Amino acid sequence: MFSGFFYKLKEARVPVSLREYLTLLEAVEKGLANCAVEDFYYLARATLVKDERHLDRFDQVFGAHFKGVINLADGIDEVAEADIPEEWLRKLAEKFLTDKEKAEIEALGGWEKLMETLKQRLEEQKGRHQGGNKWIGTAGTSPFGAYGYNPEGVRIGQDKSRHRRAVKVWDKREFKNLDDSVEIGTRNIKVALRRLRKWARTGAADELDLPGTITSTARQGWLDVQMRPERHNAVKVLMLFDIGGSMDDHIKVCEELFSAVKTEFKHLEYYYFHNCPYEGLWKDNARRRTDQVSTWDVIRTYGADYKLVIVGDATMSPYEITYPGGSVEHWNQEAGAVWMQRLLDHFEHAAWINPQAENWWQYHGSIQIMYKLMEGRMYPLTLEGLDRMTGELNR
Amino acid sequence: MKFQGTENYVATEDLMVAVNAAITLQRPLLVKGEPGTGKTVLAEEIAKSLGKKLITWSIKSTTRAQQGLYEYDAVSRLRDSQLGDARVHDIANYIVKGKLWEAFEDESAPVLLIDEIDKADIEFPNDLLQELDRMEFFVYETQETIKAANRPIVIITSNNEKELPDAFLRRCFFHYIRFPDAETMTEIVAVHFPDIQKRLVSEALNLFYDMRDVGGLKKKPSTSELLDWLKLLMAEDLPPEALRAKDAKTAVPPLHGALLKNEQDVHLFERLAFMARREGR
Repeated sequence: MFSGFFYKLKEARVPVSLREYLTLLEAVEKGLANCAVEDFYYLARATLVKDERHLDRFDQVFGAHFKGVINLADGIDEVAEADIPEEWLRKLAEKFLTDKEKAEIEALGGWEKLMETLKQRLEEQKGRHQGGNKWIGTAGTSPFGAYGYNPEGVRIGQDKSRHRRAVKVWDKREFKNLDDSVEIGTRNIKVALRRLRKWARTGAADELDLPGTITSTARQGWLDVQMRPERHNAVKVLMLFDIGGSMDDHIKVCEELFSAVKTEFKHLEYYYFHNCPYEGLWKDNARRRTDQVSTWDVIRTYGADYKLVIVGDATMSPYEITYPGGSVEHWNQEAGAVWMQRLLDHFEHAAWINPQAENWWQYHGSIQIMYKLMEGRMYPLTLEGLDRMTGELNR
Repeated sequence: MKFQGTENYVATEDLMVAVNAAITLQRPLLVKGEPGTGKTVLAEEIAKSLGKKLITWSIKSTTRAQQGLYEYDAVSRLRDSQLGDARVHDIANYIVKGKLWEAFEDESAPVLLIDEIDKADIEFPNDLLQELDRMEFFVYETQETIKAANRPIVIITSNNEKELPDAFLRRCFFHYIRFPDAETMTEIVAVHFPDIQKRLVSEALNLFYDMRDVGGLKKKPSTSELLDWLKLLMAEDLPPEALRAKDAKTAVPPLHGALLKNEQDVHLFERLAFMARREGR
């Protein structure tokens, strides 16, 4: 029962396990699904999904898998979703559109024309549609449909409270923006980085050590109070940030990352570089020409117990990494790759965070070179990527 | 035994399904959602509607799993031994029961709320795996096993500050309380303020959702803040027109202190108001 659905969820990378599957079956057996599709959907969601980030994927799989079943069972027509009375549409549009937008509609040939085209397309359209630029559906760029981004678009069916068609709850995909590869904020980054914490007791003994006191009292025969230092996060992090040039596109997310790490780690050191680390790094971008610190000094100053995290998009000309004198800013005696290797030889735990989307990496030669230099320890700047990175750094 | 929401709490259908599944299969229910969407209140209302006792265990960053089971009060025993108290010979006198023990012991299968589990250390949920799964634990000091006579209904809330371990999640049902849509919100308001003016509510809701749509807010106002705000509006006896007045000066809504919780957000609104005023000119 439902095993096909279960495997499809696994394929869609919703982390489900056998245990949850059995729980679902047990629940269905106990009659919790009420033999109704909607209740089954809610039940399956409560059982199989354990994180709101996966809700969107779950909805998609559910929609795809049970599409045929639902149509047969409830006799609900696929086109029904798009079958909205014109009157209602008009009301909706009047409610949502500003005067300016209305003027834009006029420019398109007026309201009547728009409605006419819409009707025509409704007739042509035989199935639910997603994406694309002509059909009525979701997430497309056609002027008709929901969740699209055509500026002169008409939103259909987005005001779901009036249009509560039970079977279609999952089609609304309300949890869309919670998918973990999209949004990243300071707080989320902190949570991801928290995995890196390593507790250690250092400093002044100012906390009562209860087990120690008991043991020592028992041994001595009188009350012998023992103190111990408080626990602190003892992880040490050295961060190198790529700044300027192509990194300007990623400045916001990098700022968020930076402010998150700054409050999260007690031992945090950071330096800036441009495109690729060479013989000098700097702490203040205003004085980058005058106040450079030699990379050798950085390697000597910070012990191998520091975890090295490099943040950069690694998008540059390959020569900037592989050839002496390849730098776009100055004449470098030794190639960037040599300096990277020196850093990596010293800092055993190292990772590269790349704000560039992961599926783009293969198209940039320089990213490929860096990826090889890092021995695969390059992670995208998403929550999921940061998670993988902390796992790697903790090994 | 079915949970249907109460007269004080509007439960959406998916929430009811999740709660009833957790009750029937006797598994913990993990509830997440934006702050102020009624996660903690849910446990109270389940207890009320099922006529059960509610035991609340509020988690802090210093809470350890063991504290929920029991604690061995070594210090009082040490003191008693130095004073020659007779109680000292029975170790059971120094076992302090925790909330889980309390819930397991209760014959009536109470509702146990483990509030804000994400505040505790990362390992905290793992330490409770067996206890929540089998509803039993072993007391080393007295060599006895405490087993739940009737399994309590366990509700766990989380604000998503830490990720919970997979092994723990697998044992729970999960529900994410979505931010209510305008219709549900009207129901919620009606439940809390039955005799509020209809027009005031609709004006307030419009304004409220407009505010939530403003980009760049640090903390979006949530249900509990809306309810507070309405209470204030009623107390001040403001007419609905005061909310609708779209002229530039009132772009910052009246009594906004209940809705906006930090000065950056208030500032943002003032700036928007200023811009609206310039446009209007």
